[in-house]
Amino acid sequence: MSAPSTLTDPLDVLAVPSSKRELFIAFTSLSLQGFGGVLPVAQRVLVEQRRWLTREQFVEMLAVSQVLPGPNVVNLALMFGDRCFGLRGAFAALAGMLLAPMIIVLALTALYGHYADNAVVTGALRGMGAVAAGLILSTGLKLLSTLKRNAMGLPLCLGFGAATILATAWLRLPLVWVILGLGSVAIAVAWARLRR
Amino acid sequence: MNDSSSSVLLGLFGHFLILSMLAVGGAITTVPDMHRYIVAEHHWLTDAQFTASIAIAQAAPGPNVLFVAVLGWNVAGILGALATMTGILIPSTALSLWATRWGTQRRDTRGVRAFTAGLTPLTLGLLLSTGWVLAEPYLRDPSHRWGALALIVFTVGVMLRTRFSPIWLVAIGMLAGGLGWV
Repeated sequence: MSAPSTLTDPLDVLAVPSSKRELFIAFTSLSLQGFGGVLPVAQRVLVEQRRWLTREQFVEMLAVSQVLPGPNVVNLALMFGDRCFGLRGAFAALAGMLLAPMIIVLALTALYGHYADNAVVTGALRGMGAVAAGLILSTGLKLLSTLKRNAMGLPLCLGFGAATILATAWLRLPLVWVILGLGSVAIAVAWARLRR
Repeated sequence: MNDSSSSVLLGLFGHFLILSMLAVGGAITTVPDMHRYIVAEHHWLTDAQFTASIAIAQAAPGPNVLFVAVLGWNVAGILGALATMTGILIPSTALSLWATRWGTQRRDTRGVRAFTAGLTPLTLGLLLSTGWVLAEPYLRDPSHRWGALALIVFTVGVMLRTRFSPIWLVAIGMLAGGLGWV
């Protein structure tokens, strides 16, 4: 386990962003490379290409960003920017990640309005939509293996997972009640199990 | 859009503010609730429009959260996109910045670990639920059912068994759909 102070260890961090501008440009470029998810590209650019983070630091940041509400990669950008240049750095990284891709996606949406009746375009989007569903399903399936190391034990975890699916996909209960209700029970169970 | 547009914008903004704080595991896990609010409750978008919004965002580069901007745009134009994006980002951004500074030192404490361990199964359940909500409209439509199912199964198989980038699957989906196979 490396302490947060290792961030300043010259052996661990091979390089640091020189300016908020560089941070903005780096996050714009990695965001523009991310089709169907930016996380893999973020790892490649921040750790392997720019060498701004060690692999361990990246994993640590990712873990924290996954615990927090909000988009994971966006949280990760905020955290990294904040560590480099404080609040302004956080917003530089956030703006880099969102600005250019948002203009592109809204332009595509506006264009789609003109071609909404075109059979090839609707067919292509239907195909991409089915793939999108499959990508999300497979991400969920892949991550199921992490439940084996969960403090609550696998059976309870699967129970909570199944109850969540039932509540949201079948009963269509509002998410706020599912998280507050099921979530607080699950956190309480985990709390009790961690005592032992 | 027939409703008075400022009430639509406020409704979107307010609802996405709440969803932001609930989006543990990413914005995509709140899709079932966005669907419930936008399609089932207010009828601002149809099922097909909702799913197409997410497909467009998946087809474009950038973080997945941008589908939120597309949904907002399709409901109420550029102001709708701003309403949903600021709504989904402001609370989680503020909390993230505050909590990172506060929690980095405390990540090994029992409270933080219970929080993570307790919410992980819910996060995974929500991911699977999201996949189902996105797939269901295709699977319910008899003319697209089998093509879409084949594509979904193919995608899951490739993702679990190989290291191909998702971009290739998106391209295959676009091609197969454009050729009318799906």
